[in-house]
Amino acid sequence: MTLVKDSVMTSLESVKDPEIDTVSVIDLGMVEDVSFEDGHVSVKMLPTFMGCPALEIIQKNVEEALYKVEGVDSVEVKFINNPPWTSDRITEQGHVRLREFGIAPPPTHSDSGEWHVDCPYCGSTYTTMENIFGPTACRSILYCKGCKNPFEAMKPVSTIM
Amino acid sequence: MKTVEEAKQDASYKSALTELLYQLADDDFIVAYRGSEWLGLAPHIEEDVAFSSISQDTMGHATMFYQLLEELGEGDADHLAHGRTPAERKNAIILEEVNGPGHYLKEPRYDWAFAVVRHYFYTLAKKIRMESVKQSSYEPLQHVAVKVNMELYYHHMHWKTWFMQLTGTQGEARERMLTAVETVLEDFGGVLTLGPKEDEITKHGLIEGEEFQRKRWLQEIKPIFESLNIEMPKALGMKRGNGRAGEHTEDLDSAIDTLTEVYRQDPAATW
Repeated sequence: MTLVKDSVMTSLESVKDPEIDTVSVIDLGMVEDVSFEDGHVSVKMLPTFMGCPALEIIQKNVEEALYKVEGVDSVEVKFINNPPWTSDRITEQGHVRLREFGIAPPPTHSDSGEWHVDCPYCGSTYTTMENIFGPTACRSILYCKGCKNPFEAMKPVSTIM
Repeated sequence: MKTVEEAKQDASYKSALTELLYQLADDDFIVAYRGSEWLGLAPHIEEDVAFSSISQDTMGHATMFYQLLEELGEGDADHLAHGRTPAERKNAIILEEVNGPGHYLKEPRYDWAFAVVRHYFYTLAKKIRMESVKQSSYEPLQHVAVKVNMELYYHHMHWKTWFMQLTGTQGEARERMLTAVETVLEDFGGVLTLGPKEDEITKHGLIEGEEFQRKRWLQEIKPIFESLNIEMPKALGMKRGNGRAGEHTEDLDSAIDTLTEVYRQDPAATW
């Protein structure tokens, strides 16, 4: 039983964000609960942003990955809204992998509302905000004055906002 | 606090709850649609990215509210969004108004001042509503509100910036903004009302009453108006009628007609 559970977790590790293929759903903190009983796996997931069109693809990919695990007969993947997903759910490993992809991890939200974002390419702190809204709901567009590259950062979201 | 099952068993509660959910869903749905019509037409490329992202988020919020209705047995969420006639819709009239003269595909003469004012005022009202339903007696709605509110933070900041900058300047920009403020306020009471079923909605502790929401909205807008030297509104009207009561304009008919075109061809299709 523990063996199957381990395989289930490993298999979830293999499900990547469809748009950021270095980062898994575990890295993003989207998996809230996994239960396994008599061959049935039930996964509760948290949507990152509500309008995110990738959610259905992620759900399908999680289901497909879990059906491949030996000992799993049936799978249920459900999105829930409580607790809400916040950007501090992204794991340390998630931060590393986001940078690998060229996306800065979410800055911590300061009281002044200012973001401190280092360039994911060269590490420079000399960066400017170009557009809070980016190519997807969860990302913003920034520019590094150090290495002169545009880059993206994950938007910080938290319940205190 | 009630769960889905508890709400289903209480007919009076359920009727008030679904009424409120239709208002929240239909408002977001139509305002997101109007926002999406700006894609490619916004003043600059950054705004195109931002406005379409905001509209996508907002459509996501509408989807969540339609899903809450689906859970209560009101029917499939896709059908609720696409299959209902204009007369069945509960959105405020100001949110259905066209973006300006012309057509999306043919000589659109859309009014950016109107877009900024409408979206800023609406986002502020939505923020007040979401803060209120965070304490709603319906648990699933509370959870959705917490989530919506986090994303709304960015929408609000965005529209407020545009509003302050365009109104705070001189010349044509300020003139057009002031005209838009007047136009939007004439019908903005329609956003802040809970419609004919207000008493039932508030009785069940689903959201605070409309008088409270109007006060909060005016209280929030006051320092902004003062800093920009705009006169405070004497009234928040419903010049063209009450959308919560199913009263609508031709603008909604044509919007529904356009946005359901694909859906009507094959309602069973997956997308």
